[in-house]
Amino acid sequence: MRLIIKNGHLIDPKNRRNGRFDLLIEEGKVRDILKAGHTVASADVIDAKGCIVSPGFIDLHVHLREPGYEYKETIRSGTLAAAAGGFTSVCCMANTNPVNDNASITEYILKKAKEEGTVNVFPIGALSRGLAGKELSPMGELKKAGCVGFSDDGKTVQNSRLMRLALEYAKTFDAPVISHAICSDLAHGGVMHEGFVATKLGLPGIPSAAEDIIISRDIRLAETTGARLHIAHLSTAEGVELVQKAKKKGIRVTAEATPHHFTLTDETVEAHPPGTAAKPSQDGASPYDTNTKIMPPLRSEKDRRAIVEGLATGVIDAIATDHAPHALVDKEIEFDSAAFGIVGLETALSLSLQLVEKKKLTMKKMVELLTINPARIVGLKKGGLEPGASADVVIFNPSLSCKIDPAKFYSKSKNTPFGGMKVKGVVKYTIVGGKVIYQV
Amino acid sequence: MQLARKDLLGIESLSKKEIELILETAKTFQEISTREVKKVPTLRGKTVINLFFEDSTRTRTSFEIAGKRLSADVINISQKGSSVAKGETLLDTAKNIEAMGPDLIVCRHWAAGVPHFLASRLKASIINAGDGAHEHPTQALLDLMTIREAKGKIAGLNVSIVGDISHSRVARSNIHALNKMGARVTVAGPATMIPAEIEKMGVKVSTDLRKGIASADVIMMLRIQRERLTMSPFPTLREYSQLYGLNKEALKGAKPDVVIMHPGPVNRGVEIDPEVADGPYSLILDQVTNGVAIRMAVLYLLSGPKGKAAL
Amino acid sequence: MKTILDSTDMQMAIDKMAKEIVEEAGSLDSLVLVGIRTRGVPLAQRIAGRIRESKKKEVPVGTLDINLYRDDLSRLDYHPIIGKTEIPCPVDEKTVFLVDDVLYTGRTIRCAMDALFDLGRPDSIKLAVLVDREGRELPIQGDVVGIHHPAGRGENVKVNLAETDEKDEVIVE
Repeated sequence: MRLIIKNGHLIDPKNRRNGRFDLLIEEGKVRDILKAGHTVASADVIDAKGCIVSPGFIDLHVHLREPGYEYKETIRSGTLAAAAGGFTSVCCMANTNPVNDNASITEYILKKAKEEGTVNVFPIGALSRGLAGKELSPMGELKKAGCVGFSDDGKTVQNSRLMRLALEYAKTFDAPVISHAICSDLAHGGVMHEGFVATKLGLPGIPSAAEDIIISRDIRLAETTGARLHIAHLSTAEGVELVQKAKKKGIRVTAEATPHHFTLTDETVEAHPPGTAAKPSQDGASPYDTNTKIMPPLRSEKDRRAIVEGLATGVIDAIATDHAPHALVDKEIEFDSAAFGIVGLETALSLSLQLVEKKKLTMKKMVELLTINPARIVGLKKGGLEPGASADVVIFNPSLSCKIDPAKFYSKSKNTPFGGMKVKGVVKYTIVGGKVIYQV
Repeated sequence: MQLARKDLLGIESLSKKEIELILETAKTFQEISTREVKKVPTLRGKTVINLFFEDSTRTRTSFEIAGKRLSADVINISQKGSSVAKGETLLDTAKNIEAMGPDLIVCRHWAAGVPHFLASRLKASIINAGDGAHEHPTQALLDLMTIREAKGKIAGLNVSIVGDISHSRVARSNIHALNKMGARVTVAGPATMIPAEIEKMGVKVSTDLRKGIASADVIMMLRIQRERLTMSPFPTLREYSQLYGLNKEALKGAKPDVVIMHPGPVNRGVEIDPEVADGPYSLILDQVTNGVAIRMAVLYLLSGPKGKAAL
Repeated sequence: MKTILDSTDMQMAIDKMAKEIVEEAGSLDSLVLVGIRTRGVPLAQRIAGRIRESKKKEVPVGTLDINLYRDDLSRLDYHPIIGKTEIPCPVDEKTVFLVDDVLYTGRTIRCAMDALFDLGRPDSIKLAVLVDREGRELPIQGDVVGIHHPAGRGENVKVNLAETDEKDEVIVE
């Protein structure tokens, strides 16, 4: 079984390739990278004309919701959504029900993923038992069962001693501790970024400081322990600064940012970008759309710019979606009561391409942020297309226009503020282990 | 000039002309409330549902009287708790109410944005009767009416709003309304009760009561929502009352012809001294009377069929 | 466009109406004139002026806005702006003369009567109009009529008054 991808523009930052190459795949692995124009006998051919051929994207941060919340998403629907978004590997967070804090849950997830999933699934184990923030989870057991990192994502470890223990202990397994950084005392019932918009809308705010305090603490603890710390969904300008300084000092810290944080600001809570409001009111705006309620919240324009800058300069290592599917019953309710989070797998590429179009990122940098960098953070032998590597590939046309249509999402949930938005970038093929699992 | 909108969700999106229209209409409705037969047949056959997710005898009664004086059928529905607790979406609740065929829904909710949610999904006109800490437009309109009656004008006046600005929808609606009508607004209260970047709404901020009311023509006192505060942003009610309570002593530094307003219900002895609340400069009862006229005007102006056709 | 009353004709018609109202009313002590907004109001004031001149007697004049009582509110694009209703004395046990410019379908007068009943219980309600253009849809007739001018459905009988329209005339368009 041979497959050749011809006429495309190959970008593979790990192997420093950026140009017209054909990719030959055999037995699920990359066999060779050929100068354009070669003919290969008896191979299936994919014509990638006008397209970028890249290592499959790797998402460090998704919620597959299974087990426990299958009404929001399942491993099957979530991995289909990933494939449609060009992702060939996803790391799924531990806040399932039951929580992924023991080997049997990890094994269950991996078994399900093998049976029903379409892309590679790498579980993140809970940092504390039951995500309760009190006792360490059995990291050794989790790691052995297949977890690639540890996090209480969705909750923050408020107890600094526990965080220190977690970092120290995780070091043994060379797995990163992923910090969802929000000081809950300061956030205190907040539902959006604290600032003028929250004041006007009368919504309780979450100050940036609530995030920065925990980032500072965790960086300091990473320095003390020498452990690997990864900051999830960085959203504040000060947070970017903190990570930058830490990196300069040689502290082992990495960070990710989400497409929504580098695209939208808190103003979206008051008024959608034109054309994207699902239910425009008489003024055209659609305030209080619960699909703008996200944790950490959509921040100010200053913060948004800092995130973009951080991605460009390498302070932020990866783009991750924080794909957080929620059903109508979680979202078609009061803003104060609605669940935090939006789906992201199927919009990440086109939103990232906006940064390329606006010349904030090069195409190569964008691919790096979506492939080799996240692979390294969780220690996956993926993210590159060298001979012998697993043939996880995405082929996308970066200039094809389309409109984001949540009704067409593969995800079970449609909670996105981007519906109706005109964007560019269409995934043509997603290939996992040499097998085409998604194609337009 | 017409009120060419389906809903009244807040003052922020109203134009000055629309505000004037409502005030003028309310003025003509005042007369009806002085008659022996306090009723006109104007909204006969229309159904107004008072949908209250939060207790409020005063506002609900005011809307109920307003609706009844216009001959509308007024039904009160109270719902407690959040949708989450009920396992029903807010939309389910709303659709159920819509199925009863109301023409207007007067909505009070503890969460900001619920009237907007309903307005964008239901055919009935939605009137915001207070949503969380966001807006309470009919309160601001009745306040404008009361100020204009007392002072003969609104433009150029200095108005000080004192108290828990953070949690006050009355403050927000009044800031929008007074700014649109050309008044100058100062907010005063403990720094812990002044929300972030409120200056951008076009107000001056003072954390000193006396300085905050020194040049005021109108002082609006806000109710301290004792029940709402966890980890109170002030140490004790006693200290609050000493620093920010309006009493005769504090009023000494104010203009001699200053008038005092309060959206009610008054916490006597906390934010306002009984002597002041019942004093000659107090407009508190005029506010209540004008509330009926304003709500009649709003019900009347929004119940024309055009607004609905526009949806 | 045709003028059916000029300024002088109108003077005469109003004089005649004032005289007839006095006759119809019996006692001037219980008479109240109530003008229906908009043009009934200046008409009522002029009639009161004539009575003052001839009988040396001040007759109270009120203003009535009938919009809140209209039967076609739900058919209008927008609800009309409401004018003030002001009657300087209680209408109980009074002879109320409603005054309006044109009597057509009778619906306005029906509204006006409803409105009056909400204000009190007059002994009797009578109607004075400057022009009766016929075309009634309700069993209502003028007790005092300036002129009769039968007009077709497509025609618009318009009363202009100096107070509201700069000059006195009645035209048919």
